[in-house]
Amino acid sequence: MPAVRGDGMRGLAVFISDIRNCKSKEAEIKRINKELANIRSKFKGDKTLDGYQKKKYVCKLLFIFLLGHDIDFGHMEAVNLLSSNKYSEKQIGYLFISVLVNTNSDLIKLIIQSIKNDLQSRNPIHVNLALQCIANIGSKDMAEAFGTEIPKLLVSGDTMDVVKQSAALCLLRLFRKSPEIIPGGEWTSRIIHLLNDPHMGVVTAATSLIDALVKKNPEEYKGCVTLAVARLSRIVTASYTDLQDYTYYFVPAPWLSVKLLRLLQNYTPPSEEPGVRGRLSECLETIFNKAQEPPKSKKVQHSNAKNAVLFEAISLIIHNDSEPNLLVRACNQLGQFLSNRETNLRYLALESMCHLATSEFSHEAVKKHQEVVILSMKMEKDVSVRQQAVDLLYAMCDKTNAEEIVQEMLAYLETADYSIREEMVLKVAILAEKYATDFTWYVDVILNLIRIAGDYVSEEVWYRVIQIVINREEVQGYAAKTVFEALQAPTCHENMVKVGGYILGEFGNLIAGDTRSSPQVQFELLHSKYHLCSAATRALLLSTYIKLVNLFPEIKNRVQEVFRADSNLRSSDVELQQRASEYLQLSIVASADVLATVLEEMPAFPERESSILAVLKKKKPGRIPDDVRESKSPQPTAAPTAVINSTNNTNSSSADLLGLSTPPGTTAPATGNGLLDVLGDLYTAPKISPSTVQQNNIKKFLFKNNGVLFENDLIQIGVKSEYRQNLGRIGLFYGNKTQFPIQNVRPELHWTDLHKLNVQMKPMEPVLEAGAQIQQMLTAECIEDFVDAPSMSVSFVYNNVPQKITMKLPLTLNKFFEPTEMNGESFFARWKNLGGEQQRAQKIFKAQGSIDIPATRTKLAGFGMQLLDGIDPNPDNFVCAGIVHTRVQQVGCLMRLEPNKQAQMFRLTVRSSKETVSHEICNLLADQF
Amino acid sequence: MMQFMLLFSRQGKLRLQKWYVAHPDKLKKKITRELITTVLARKPKMCSFLEWKDVKIVYKRYASLYFCCAMEQEDNELLTLELIHRYVELLDKYFGSVCELDIIFNFEKAYFILDELVLGGELQETSKKNVLKAIAAQDLLQEEETPQGFFEDHGLG
Repeated sequence: MPAVRGDGMRGLAVFISDIRNCKSKEAEIKRINKELANIRSKFKGDKTLDGYQKKKYVCKLLFIFLLGHDIDFGHMEAVNLLSSNKYSEKQIGYLFISVLVNTNSDLIKLIIQSIKNDLQSRNPIHVNLALQCIANIGSKDMAEAFGTEIPKLLVSGDTMDVVKQSAALCLLRLFRKSPEIIPGGEWTSRIIHLLNDPHMGVVTAATSLIDALVKKNPEEYKGCVTLAVARLSRIVTASYTDLQDYTYYFVPAPWLSVKLLRLLQNYTPPSEEPGVRGRLSECLETIFNKAQEPPKSKKVQHSNAKNAVLFEAISLIIHNDSEPNLLVRACNQLGQFLSNRETNLRYLALESMCHLATSEFSHEAVKKHQEVVILSMKMEKDVSVRQQAVDLLYAMCDKTNAEEIVQEMLAYLETADYSIREEMVLKVAILAEKYATDFTWYVDVILNLIRIAGDYVSEEVWYRVIQIVINREEVQGYAAKTVFEALQAPTCHENMVKVGGYILGEFGNLIAGDTRSSPQVQFELLHSKYHLCSAATRALLLSTYIKLVNLFPEIKNRVQEVFRADSNLRSSDVELQQRASEYLQLSIVASADVLATVLEEMPAFPERESSILAVLKKKKPGRIPDDVRESKSPQPTAAPTAVINSTNNTNSSSADLLGLSTPPGTTAPATGNGLLDVLGDLYTAPKISPSTVQQNNIKKFLFKNNGVLFENDLIQIGVKSEYRQNLGRIGLFYGNKTQFPIQNVRPELHWTDLHKLNVQMKPMEPVLEAGAQIQQMLTAECIEDFVDAPSMSVSFVYNNVPQKITMKLPLTLNKFFEPTEMNGESFFARWKNLGGEQQRAQKIFKAQGSIDIPATRTKLAGFGMQLLDGIDPNPDNFVCAGIVHTRVQQVGCLMRLEPNKQAQMFRLTVRSSKETVSHEICNLLADQF
Repeated sequence: MMQFMLLFSRQGKLRLQKWYVAHPDKLKKKITRELITTVLARKPKMCSFLEWKDVKIVYKRYASLYFCCAMEQEDNELLTLELIHRYVELLDKYFGSVCELDIIFNFEKAYFILDELVLGGELQETSKKNVLKAIAAQDLLQEEETPQGFFEDHGLG
């Protein structure tokens, strides 16, 4: 056991030794549980513990926590330690709190009080403890409690340097939580002047704070530029002995230098003050000059610190993007690093060059290093460095070197790491498209991509090649010929079959003149792959076949034979079955003219930004240069005119033959009976966007009891309910669609008519784990008839951002209907009886679309009343009967709905024994058909 | 800004964790587990930086212990590496050629030293002398206080 420093706690050391001596995981857990039980009983026991004991036990809990166990007690004891007058006990209390207490703990008020006391202390060490605690766990509450005090402390002349340092970073934390606590006015100038403080530690801490303040309000803090440049200038020209302990391995104040260089990256180059600008340039030149000097030490720390400053200086130069000399100099310097023996330097140089490549001043200079970069991509041992090389090649690519770079990337792809293949495929596809002068080259590249790395070719990529071929007439014949050849390979990737199928279906005629690729040969070649393909690809091929029938009537019989095959016409896959039977009919029924119209060539896609580029941007936000040079290629916006649609096909899923119009990433998860779909979209890590909240359509729940009540990127709420008499049970299903937990889930009901409808909500778990679904039960009792439906709001926290959604519960009066059968005679008798002014309600409204009798019927059947057939003399009219159950009474209710097809109107009449019921039912049903 | 710092052994045992962003415990555990696996799988000559999820990981191994920091995109990698080194130097100076055991048995000291160097995820004080002075002042305060546990620890309490 090593010597224990300070006031060691022997009991703690013994415990740690015990744990280390445990031979197995089980033994360790046993020992820990024993200790936890012991500590628990000590904390609960009657004997009051002294501070030392509390400290020791709290420390043990901390150690247990570090081992990876959950600690759910001891917080109160730790808080008690805060008010101890012994520093060592106080310190351990603060440590426990900063490691184990989260910001919304109930204890926060007590903690804040202790911090207040310590901030008043005359001992700066106590003050610093309190400040450090705020800096570690600062919350909005703390910002409120200390928001006025700490800014003062920071600029006061009486404050000691060490306290100022902590105060600056403490304020930074509070500012991040509550930006409004920053005073402004005269304070601003005093805070900026901390950059001039004689104490380097104070400047170091203050610079971080100022950097954050500047980001929020650059104009107000503009004055810091001059001061920062002056300070930087003093540092870079200092000799390493000047700054004493702030010199790190012969490099003067590297951390402060980097922070100042970072601060300056918040502004454009200081142009209105030529003096400042000149001085900054001098600083940057000096940094470059020093980089060229022979090293003052062989230690890696020396070169790391020196180069850290250099890289930050280069970042500033790239940010300013205004001094061609400096940019080119930066590029040369980085070029040297590309062959440095330090992997770290090569990595950073590649990364930094990526940015230089996007500047017009240095793009050419970067290109000089192409050979070395290609070598890096091929030879580096570390995949993350190879990845940087790929990124750089992508960034340095232009018209002059595109063919070579694409060629090299394709060659490397054959052996590339799996982890970077997908991204490389995207990059190659984008470069090939962007710089293609000859689109046959582009087609070759993409087909090569599919051949080499078919599994990594995402749908966007092959969609894209099809879009381009369709839009460029000059390449269509070549594309048909090339895919035809590619398909002849004994094994070919399914993506190749898809591209081949689509292209031959459109342009197979362009190569049909050659007997080697006659219609029969084309068809049989494609069909030879059919059985090896997934259902989606088969569906695509079926569309190709019908298109081939149009292009080549001579193979019609052969194709019909395929459609007729049991495996298609009676496929268990409904999509295949439907396509086979519809295409078969089409080929039988339609005349050649009709076929030619229905199956004509796809129209050109509208021109837009490449959809692949969007995918890459999404994968690597911020790393794709935004200056995407003019993009000359198309992207589908709306569905390409769905040709088959004109044949009066009601099935929408076959309308868009390939689904080419929707990038797969954005396909909405199936709604409808979506409870099962809650987990369907897990992998598209949604960004929080409360604005995209998809409103729940409460009206559809008039006619059904189950379905998706609400859905956005984060959460899906489904409902399932059942009713009997005047009682209802409603199950709400909360599904977390993200990869992170959703916390503090708190549903709340807003309903004032409690005397009419009583709704009880069972408590639920506040945490919704990633991808999980939990259920909450509600019970409802209808006491008296009511109007409208209760509202519910659900608040929760996702990724530390509070969210709130509100919706209506699908709980309307009609849910308490009991359907009633009756014959015509009794119906009319009652109808007459309920003829009073107080009993009737009537509305005339316009139909939503064209009047659809079967759809109306389905809706009414779900409404809750009994649909009575054969009663109304007009068969198109609907009559219904039902009883509304409430606790106080039962209300009989009759309804008649008369469609008027000419006028596209409905007349709705409701009669019941209670006026309010008639009106509510009438209101609910109006405008719903 | 530093998001968190982890110290773990070659066997993957966590020795110290300091979080500067608030995450739920479950997430912290998940991140810790995944990151330790990722870093341990890397070979010695590999680059000390890696892009991992939305953070930049900077790590370095000292003897049996890995020091691993998660930084934000715009943070300077090389200096983070030197920040780790400065921390190791401080531990070394304080404990006198530090080893993993010192950190296990005196984890609270390791925390106190870190708090003087880095605060709220930002570098506070880079001077070795100043940090050690602050720690010495803390130790002095402690030594002035009577060790109350003496009896208990020797079985006399």
